[in-house]
Amino acid sequence: MSKRSPFLISCMAFGFAFLYVPLLLLMIYSFNDSKLVTVWGGFSTRWYGELFQDDQILGAARTSLVIAAMSATLSTILGTICGLVLARFGRFRGRTLFSGMITAPLVMPEVITGLSILLLFVALEQLIGWPEGRGMTTITIAHVTFTMAYVTIIIQSRLGQMDESIEEAAMDLGARPLKVFFLITLPIIAPALLSGWLLSFTLSLDDLVIASFTAGPSSTTLPMVVFSSVRLGVTPKINALATLLVSAAAFCIVIAAIIMRRAERERERAIAKAMAEQEQM
Amino acid sequence: MSQFARNLQDQVARAEKGGSIPTDTPRSIIQIQNVTRKFGDFVAVNDVSLTIYEGELFSLLGGSGCGKTTLLRMLAGFETPSSGRILIDGQDMTHIPPFERPVNMMFQSYALFPHMTVEQNVAFGLKQDGMPSAEVKKRVAEMLDIVELSALGKRKPHQLSGGQRQRVALVRALAKRPKVLLLDEPLGALDKKLRERTQLELVNIQESLGVTFVVVTHDQEEAMTMSCRVAIMNQGRILQVDTPHAMYEYPNTRFVAEFFGSVNMFEGILVEDEADHVVIDCPELSRPIYVSHGVSGREGGTAYAAIRPEKVALSKEEPADTSRNCSTGVVQDIVYLGGESTYLVKLDSGRVVRVSLQNAYRAAEPEITWDDRVWISWQPSNVVVVSS
Amino acid sequence: MSTELDPLTGGATVSPAPGAAATVAEQTKADAPPPRPKHRLYRVLFRGPLALRGRGLVIAIPYLWLLLFFLTPFAIVLKISFAEFMVGVPPYTPLVEWVDDTYLKITLAFSGYKYLLEDSMYVNAYLGSLRIAATATVLCLLLGYPMAYGIARSSPSTRNVLLLLVVLPFWTSFLIRVYAWIGILKNNGLLNNALMGLGIINEPIEMLNTEFAIYIGIVYSYLPFMILPLYTTLEKLDGSLLEAAMDLGCRPWKAFLKVTLPLSMPGIVAGCMLVFIPSVGEFVIPDLLGGASTLMIGKVMWNEFFQNRDWPTASAVAIAMLILLVLPIVGFQRYQLVQEEKAREGSK
Ligand SMILES: Nc1ncnc2c1ncn2[C@@H]1O[C@H](COP(=O)(O)OP(=O)(O)O)[C@@H](O)[C@H]1O
Ligand SMILES: [Mg+2]
Repeated sequence: MSKRSPFLISCMAFGFAFLYVPLLLLMIYSFNDSKLVTVWGGFSTRWYGELFQDDQILGAARTSLVIAAMSATLSTILGTICGLVLARFGRFRGRTLFSGMITAPLVMPEVITGLSILLLFVALEQLIGWPEGRGMTTITIAHVTFTMAYVTIIIQSRLGQMDESIEEAAMDLGARPLKVFFLITLPIIAPALLSGWLLSFTLSLDDLVIASFTAGPSSTTLPMVVFSSVRLGVTPKINALATLLVSAAAFCIVIAAIIMRRAERERERAIAKAMAEQEQM
Repeated sequence: MSQFARNLQDQVARAEKGGSIPTDTPRSIIQIQNVTRKFGDFVAVNDVSLTIYEGELFSLLGGSGCGKTTLLRMLAGFETPSSGRILIDGQDMTHIPPFERPVNMMFQSYALFPHMTVEQNVAFGLKQDGMPSAEVKKRVAEMLDIVELSALGKRKPHQLSGGQRQRVALVRALAKRPKVLLLDEPLGALDKKLRERTQLELVNIQESLGVTFVVVTHDQEEAMTMSCRVAIMNQGRILQVDTPHAMYEYPNTRFVAEFFGSVNMFEGILVEDEADHVVIDCPELSRPIYVSHGVSGREGGTAYAAIRPEKVALSKEEPADTSRNCSTGVVQDIVYLGGESTYLVKLDSGRVVRVSLQNAYRAAEPEITWDDRVWISWQPSNVVVVSS
Repeated sequence: MSTELDPLTGGATVSPAPGAAATVAEQTKADAPPPRPKHRLYRVLFRGPLALRGRGLVIAIPYLWLLLFFLTPFAIVLKISFAEFMVGVPPYTPLVEWVDDTYLKITLAFSGYKYLLEDSMYVNAYLGSLRIAATATVLCLLLGYPMAYGIARSSPSTRNVLLLLVVLPFWTSFLIRVYAWIGILKNNGLLNNALMGLGIINEPIEMLNTEFAIYIGIVYSYLPFMILPLYTTLEKLDGSLLEAAMDLGCRPWKAFLKVTLPLSMPGIVAGCMLVFIPSVGEFVIPDLLGGASTLMIGKVMWNEFFQNRDWPTASAVAIAMLILLVLPIVGFQRYQLVQEEKAREGSK
């Protein structure tokens, strides 16, 4: 069974075509000169030009990036603490509720999360006068709350794979728990922290529903702008924007994959070298 | 075993017997007092009391899951006893966290910090103590020199072979000059050849530094090669603490006799119980077993007689005294092991007895061979009566 | 004794246990640092009656965050679903009209839920969500399984590239990926144009704003979530098991049914959960691809909130979703976790 049957091959071909043809079409038609998105009117980059003159889109993009960076940072910090607590702290009172609250956002429909946190903000404003209206702060808080679950899971599973005796060894050599965390644990799980941050960043950048609930009039995010203009129909400008977004993501992913591959190879080579030295001994 | 270890052993033996030799009595460095550790209902370590002396290489020997690691981790401070006390150098350390204990541990997985170089690994503990960096540097160089790894100081752990990693882990734990070094299966991850060589290296380092070593191992030969004294554990309890020699020659229980080397165990009835000898009637043997030392058994009760395979004589001729300590049988199988051969002799009762003979000569044809009818016999002083 | 033999240990003592008894190293005690007061502070903070201080602090930060921003909101949603909290907050509840009377309040309080039961739209939307999500999950499995199987059977280097291709769309905008299908499925979209151009059809087929479009959208968006867990279990699968089955006389197809399929069950369950759960509450896909007539609960709630501005009803829908959807899912996951743990203990 090591060979892939023709059936498998055609399934895979169909699957990958299904995944990529829509994106490719989108990108091709972003260079369409015609305003009618589905009719080819010759090659042109005019939609890109118009995109970069659209202050609403540019402003929303800036808002989205700021929110994504802030919420990713905060949710990485909180998620790391949660992952550490779940992976290393053993039993404590209220643990079940804690782990429940961490994993629940993963299965919670976005509309519920969005509505509930909005109602909280409204109630809080009535009660203590904070937050005053809604805006980037409220969106950030909402995003942190739902993305930290993902970070927690990444960190928790990384800590689960990590040999706990490495931390014990540090403690045995005289380092206090806090020092062990910063000198040993954190550097070792740093790649997981990075993936957690990137995931939160992407989720936040991508979110429409929760942001729509928690946004104020002056804090429109990019997905909200895209959504409202898409509802009015397909527009070439959005095609151009989509092309840029997809290319940026693809570029980052491919670069990251290449770097990781190279590091992995180097590591393998080092191990092989050490093994060879051992043989000679 | 070196002369040093030999002397220490003698001193320890005297101290254990309560002898008072004021000048060179070994000082106890670890005292474990009635320590029990439970995980839920499961008792991993059961009422263990043990004294370990300064400068000795002490082994905890036992099968997998018998609680060795748990006991060691309680010494290091990673587990807290459910009851009992642990004293290190006279101080009650039962509830002191690991980072405040004057002991260090070498982990079974080595637990090297993957993001630090060899030098940084070794320096880690010293830096935690606030040692000046010049001194740290000197000590690290010194330590790496001991294990001949000076050239590899700038490498990361994944660039090292298994044996090199093992040595880094060893000197990292030794760098702080702990009063006691705890080693959890230090050689478990090495292949057989490397392991045998490293055993001797470890003993040399231990003796030259004079640090007390507590070694956990499941390998009986390893414990025998390295240790001044050995404690045998089973199901959370310590069955016997003794020198390897005493453990082999005078096991006190069936378990110890069978765990520590191979043995022929005979179950019988104690028919004669005198101060200087006992007689055991064993249905599997045609003659009674005469033992030339007294035991604290009950006449008429069940007794176990242990006879090591190499202490059984094998011959085609009838022994001088056929009234006791012998039996007849047929050679069922011969296992050639190089230096010696093990003969499996099937007695008339059907019981199979193992007999080891040295292959001292390169004779083409052994004198005794398959299906020969033979006599087995042994000296009364070579039988040990053990409790179940 | 050891004194003459060890020039090294005699040098300096490194671990000054407080008040250490006399040792060989005692002579050099003078230049050892004095006991640090830090220890005492540590003891006060981390041991004794206040033992949990340090640990507790670490737990408290995320705990309080989640309590405030995740748990309390549900209490508020529950309250508002009974429509009593919003009295006198005109900017937010323009549609709610009730007088401040205890008896009247109670009648109104249940009306939100009664409304859910009486108006068949809500029940239909709820059932519709389940049906659509389940169908889409099955479609996803049918496409994802052979893909995952094919990837797992590829050579290691191809495998990495293929996996990368599977994950890549996930990192690009979800909204954009749904949007891409509008241009394709529209009446004058690319697919209809192509089919008409080829002469297969004469009139455009209505594809956008149908359930078919929603299926496409869900399968397209969530396919990576199906493939990844499936791939993980299939890749771990020991190839010699299949060989053994065939050696014992199983035909390949039967060997697949009897060996591979049952062994990949954990991956199937995980993948289906990952697709089913988010698609039940999905809003963007039914809204953009399903058109106005689609009844999915997430969209209904969105409309209730943003179009009707009926907060109490939206809250009641949310509570109903929580009880009828989220709790069963959480229960199922707990059950699975317990089963897994049992299996793990059993295998020990
Ligand atoms: N943290 C723990 N929780 C529950 N059981 C444990 C724990 N640590 C050890 N045990 C159990 O205690 C027993 C002894 O373990 P250990 O000391 O590691 O044995 P070994 O002699 O092989 O080193 C084992 O049965 C193990 O399952
Ligand atoms: Mg162990």
